[in-house]
Formats: sequence, structure tokens, C-alpha cells
Amino acid sequence: MEKKHTLSVLVENTPGALARIVGLFAGRGFNIDSLCVAETLDPTLSHLTLVTHGDDMIIEQIIKQLRRLIDVYKVVDVTEEGEFVEREMALIKVRAEKETRAEVLRMCDIFRCKVVDVSPRTYTVEVTGPESKIEAVIELLKPLGIKELVRTGLIAMKREKKSA
Amino acid sequence: MATKMTGAQIIVEALKREGVDIVFGYPGGAVIDIYDELYRTPEIKHVLVRHEQGATHAADGLARSTGKVGVCLVTSGPGATNTVTGIATAYMDSIPIVVLTGQVPTKLIGNDAFQEVDITGITRPCTKHNFLVKRVEDLAWTLKAAFHIARTGRPGPVLVDLPKDIQQAKTDFHWPEEIRLRSYNPVYEPHKRQVEKAYRLLESSTRPVILVGGGVISSGAHEEVRELAELLHIPVTMTLMGLGGFPGTHEYSLGMLGMHGTYYANMAVANSDLIIAVGARFDDRVTGKVDAFAPMAKIVHIDIDPTSIQKNVRVDVPIVGDCKRSLAKLLEIIKEVGRPSKLWKEQFKEWWEQIDIWRRRYPLTYKQDGEHIKPQFVIEKLYQLTKGEAIVCTEVGQNQMWTAQFYKFDKPRTLLSSGGLGTMGYGFPAAIGAQMANPDKLVLDIAGDGSIQMNIQEMATAMDQRLPIKVIILNNGYLGMVRQWQELFYDRRYSAVQFATIPDFVKLAEAYGAVGLRATKPEEVEGVLKKALETNNLVLVDIHIAPEEGVFPMVPAGRATTEMILV
Repeated sequence: MEKKHTLSVLVENTPGALARIVGLFAGRGFNIDSLCVAETLDPTLSHLTLVTHGDDMIIEQIIKQLRRLIDVYKVVDVTEEGEFVEREMALIKVRAEKETRAEVLRMCDIFRCKVVDVSPRTYTVEVTGPESKIEAVIELLKPLGIKELVRTGLIAMKREKKSA
Repeated sequence: MATKMTGAQIIVEALKREGVDIVFGYPGGAVIDIYDELYRTPEIKHVLVRHEQGATHAADGLARSTGKVGVCLVTSGPGATNTVTGIATAYMDSIPIVVLTGQVPTKLIGNDAFQEVDITGITRPCTKHNFLVKRVEDLAWTLKAAFHIARTGRPGPVLVDLPKDIQQAKTDFHWPEEIRLRSYNPVYEPHKRQVEKAYRLLESSTRPVILVGGGVISSGAHEEVRELAELLHIPVTMTLMGLGGFPGTHEYSLGMLGMHGTYYANMAVANSDLIIAVGARFDDRVTGKVDAFAPMAKIVHIDIDPTSIQKNVRVDVPIVGDCKRSLAKLLEIIKEVGRPSKLWKEQFKEWWEQIDIWRRRYPLTYKQDGEHIKPQFVIEKLYQLTKGEAIVCTEVGQNQMWTAQFYKFDKPRTLLSSGGLGTMGYGFPAAIGAQMANPDKLVLDIAGDGSIQMNIQEMATAMDQRLPIKVIILNNGYLGMVRQWQELFYDRRYSAVQFATIPDFVKLAEAYGAVGLRATKPEEVEGVLKKALETNNLVLVDIHIAPEEGVFPMVPAGRATTEMILV
């Protein structure tokens, strides 16, 4: 059964490391739904959050193939590790004419989005949250006219135990 | 004590410290500094090839025949791209080679400079790892890491791209005696509990088979395989890469399995209730139709590379670890439990009776017609005349399969063949590498008239080095394996499988200063082969075989391995 998996990957911060990972997915016909990369506290390591999907055997292969890369330090399947927090950010440039400006702001208020840029005809809205929230905001703003949309892709982190 | 050295000096010093005494290569502008250094280094023998592909296959042949890391050195651009087939060949068969490529100066990288190519980009999917060295200070460490990565874990090719200015720059030389890579820690020791599970499956099995793959050879686990088979009386079958991992002449050997495997090996695997797979990766040529592969069998899979496990077939007991150490652990448990060998024999008695019925019903065989030379007969004769003691390289296609079927390999590292990638043109340069590394051994290349022409230019290299390789060309005037498929599955529409021009191989040999021999009738074969084996020179033996002889048994692609076309 196909399932979405969020993988957390620590990789050596060396040239070509990202190309190896992306090439692996392309070469073996695996899917990348989203990909997010940045430096970690340790500047010699990069952190990469990768969302993919496939059945159990495919996901097992993806994880093993990633671990096989010499530059890959650690791979965790966040989806299988119990509870986790996931966040994504999107910037949405939405049409905001006289008659719709108030409606856009109302939406922003409800979803706790921030307006980060204003022009006579547009608002640029910043929204953060789990994927479902981003998608809900996009769906609701669509009828008002989305001019441009940029999403970061998902990042995720395991939740710590609530009791000591 | 650190001394200032140029990059080129560091490279050559690194090769020495890694115990490299032979380098296969071809010079060019981007490696001229390294060649200048080699000029002053008599300890390292440089073998000048005629095409860079030949250099990689030769390094690979050296590696396969000795277990050492093979090395080649080529220039940037076309020199580098010409190595790609050889690198991919080594990658598919997990062969440790280090490929050093020249690169344009760092300042010019990305500028489409003369003879510039992004070789690390090109070879990323077909190397175990690769490096582009951007600082001369990183050079010694990088070379050490390259050898370390190539030879440890599941071995494989590593490429190091060396910009020209790095070769010329100077730095203090520090050689790291040990290297630790935090992101690369192959697991050698098997998990004991997993091995115990494997033992319990053996205890409850009645129809077990040991499946030997190339991992047995690269980890040197052949003794352990033999001990396990003999102690428990279990039949052994081998993949193409596993041939020699268990003696082919042993009464427990079922020979090769898979598309051109023996009837009894395929039947045994298909009917088994337990497969102990050691260093094999269940490639499609072995499994046939995966859904129909060994339907009743539980599978124990020992492999150092976790990705090989559960990739193609479901596995009941995965054991991640070195084949040799894993089998040693299993043998330890067997001895601890101390069940008498007799009891095991009793347990598998009916299984052996069944296997013997299969063996008698369809032995590996071929039909003589009294008129044509049968290729299988040639291989059998070669086996007899060499007493099975040659290092045998093959090209790819029918010549390769006939060799795998009819030459009985008793020792590891005696069959050198491109299994995974199936590279025509592999065998002859590989034979050059093997003969360079094993000057006292007899080295054969069993070829077809098609594949020998793919790297025939290396005859000059073999002559340069006075290598007495015997090339046996099974000449059927066809690209025989494709012809066979066209005959069986494409209504004999022989599309593009016949060369209008085939060179006179005898004259060709003579043109290079080698010896050319020819046999066109069955009664000539033995004499010609004997003469070739007695000749202390490169010999091309042109044997005109039955043009439309096929390789059988054969499992059509995508079918169950029990659906064999027999002779």
C-alpha cells in the first residue's frame, strides 16, 4: 500500500552531496514530493527533509539506498518514529482589489497568516503550518485570484515524550 | 616530518603507500605532471593501453584475479568519458578499482574549457563514490579515502578527479595511516540472533539449497561455504558471479542457476523449502519471473549491503554482514549444537534422491553433429587441457554462457566475467590486467567474433608487455546471443546480427606480432588448442563453430525458471 513518508536526512555538507541524493531518486525511479535543505548547528552537516511515497518495500529501499551513499550520515523515517511536528511555509501573492481586500485580510486573520508585502492590487501572504493548513489556505484564496505561489516544502521534527 | 611536495608527487607517493605496483593508463594534457612523476618512479609499472576503456577493464581484471584494488590513470575530457563503461562494469559487479582522472585547472572548471567534462557528475550513479579535489591540502586524505572506500564494505569503483593546478601546487605531505569516515561504517559482524534464526530454519528444513553469489568471492568465504555444504550435506548452486565460490567439480555442486543455468539447479531452487543465499542479489537473470521464484522456500539472505536484501525477493531472515564472518558464525552455532553430520544427511536424503533424478534426467549436455565444431566441445577440451587451472576471462554473450556451463571452476578468482553490466569487450583487457598481476598463471580469454572486436586494439598492449594470453574466439559469424533470441522469439528475423566483414583473425594476430591459429573441423580442435597453450606468445585462436548453435537450457526472459527450453 502506498503511503507518504517524511524522511529526515543528515548529510555531509560537501559539494555534490545533494546531487547524489537527487540523482539516486531519479535514477532508481523513486518519487520526491518535496525537499528542504539547510545547514545544521554543525556547519559540516546539512539537514534535509524529504517527503516521498511508496509501498513498504520501496520505502525500505529508499532508506537503505540513502544510507548506502558515502556522504549520508543518518536517515530517520519520521513517519515511523511516532508523533512528530511538521511545518511548511508558503508565500502567496493574492489579488486584492477594492472589493476583495477585506476578504483576504479576514482569511489571514482566521488562519493566522501574515501580510508581508502590499501593493495597490495585491497582498503577499505568509502562511505557516502543517501541509493540510497550507492547502486549506490555498483552496480558500484561489477564488480570489492567486497570482503567485511559493512553498518551502515540509520540515519535520520528532516530538519528545510528554512525561519524564 | 612533513616535506613540501607537489600534488603529482603526492599522488604517486599515495599509490606507493597503498601498495600499487601496476597502473593502467593513457596520458594527456591534464595528467602530464603525474606522468612526469611516474617517469621517475620505477617501482610503479605503468601499462600504456590503447583506449581508456581497456585501462579500466584491465584494472578490474587485476582486482578480480587478486583481490587488490586496481588502478587506472587517464586524462580529462575524452580520456575520462572513455572510462565510464569500465567503471559501470566494475560497479555492477562490486569490483574495487580507483580511477584517477585529470581535470582542467580549478579556475577553468565550468567554463567549457578544452577537454573539460564534468566526470564526477557523469559517474555519480556508477561509482561507489567519487571526489573532485579542489585543494592540494586535501589530496593525500582524499586518495587514502578513495582506496579505503573502494576496498571495504561492498567493494566498488571510486573516481578521483584531479585538476591540473592541484597536481602542480605544493603542500606539506601528511599521509593518514588510518582513516575514519563518520558517514561510512560498513557492518561486518552479523547479528547473532539472526544467524541463530537461520540455524533454526536449517534444522526444520528438508529441501535446502545454498545459493552462492559474487560476495562469497569478494569476501573470501569459499572455505566456509564448502564447510557448511559438506557438514550438512546441502546442494550448492552458484550465480555467474559466484562460480568458483564453491568447487564446480564437487559432488554437491549443481552448477549455475538462472536463465542459462542447469536444469537441476533451477529445479532444486524452485522446489526448495530453504535458500541460504550468500552474497547474491537475486538479479532478474537468476530469479526469472519473481512471483514464481522458489514459491515454497524460506530465504536466508547474507549480504554486506543492506540494499541487496529485500530488493527483488522477500527475505525471511536477513543477515547484514560480511559473508565470511556470517558463515563462520553459522558454523560456530552448528558446531556448538553438535548435531551429528549423519543426522543432517538423513534429513536431506530424500531431497538428494530427487536432485539425482533431475541430474540424470537432464544433465548439462549438447549434441555433436560430426560436421561442425560445437562450442561446448571447445570449452570442454580447454578445461581438460588446462586441467581447470587457468584464469578464464570471458566476453559477453554465448561465449560467456558456454564457458560458465562447461568450464568447471574450482577456485575463486578464476572466472573473470562482466556479470551485471554484461559488457562486450570486457574479457580481453581484463585478461591483460589478470596476466600482468599473475605472470606465472595461464590466462585465457574466451571470446566471440563480435565481442573480441570491441577492444581488439588492446592486442598492441598485450604485445608491449609480452603477455602470453590465449584468446579463444568462438567464431560463428553472428552476434550469437541476439541471434538466438531472434531465432526463438522473433521468428528468425535476423536483424543486424551478421557482420558483412569479419577480419581474418590469423592475419590480424600476425599483423600485431602475435600468433594466429585456426580450426574449422572438429578433429582440428584439440591440436590447435594444444599448440596455442604451448606457445609463449599472445595467441588468437579462431575457431569456426556451428553458426546457429544455441545456449541451453534457457529460461525465456520474464518466465519462471522452471519453464526451461532444453537442448
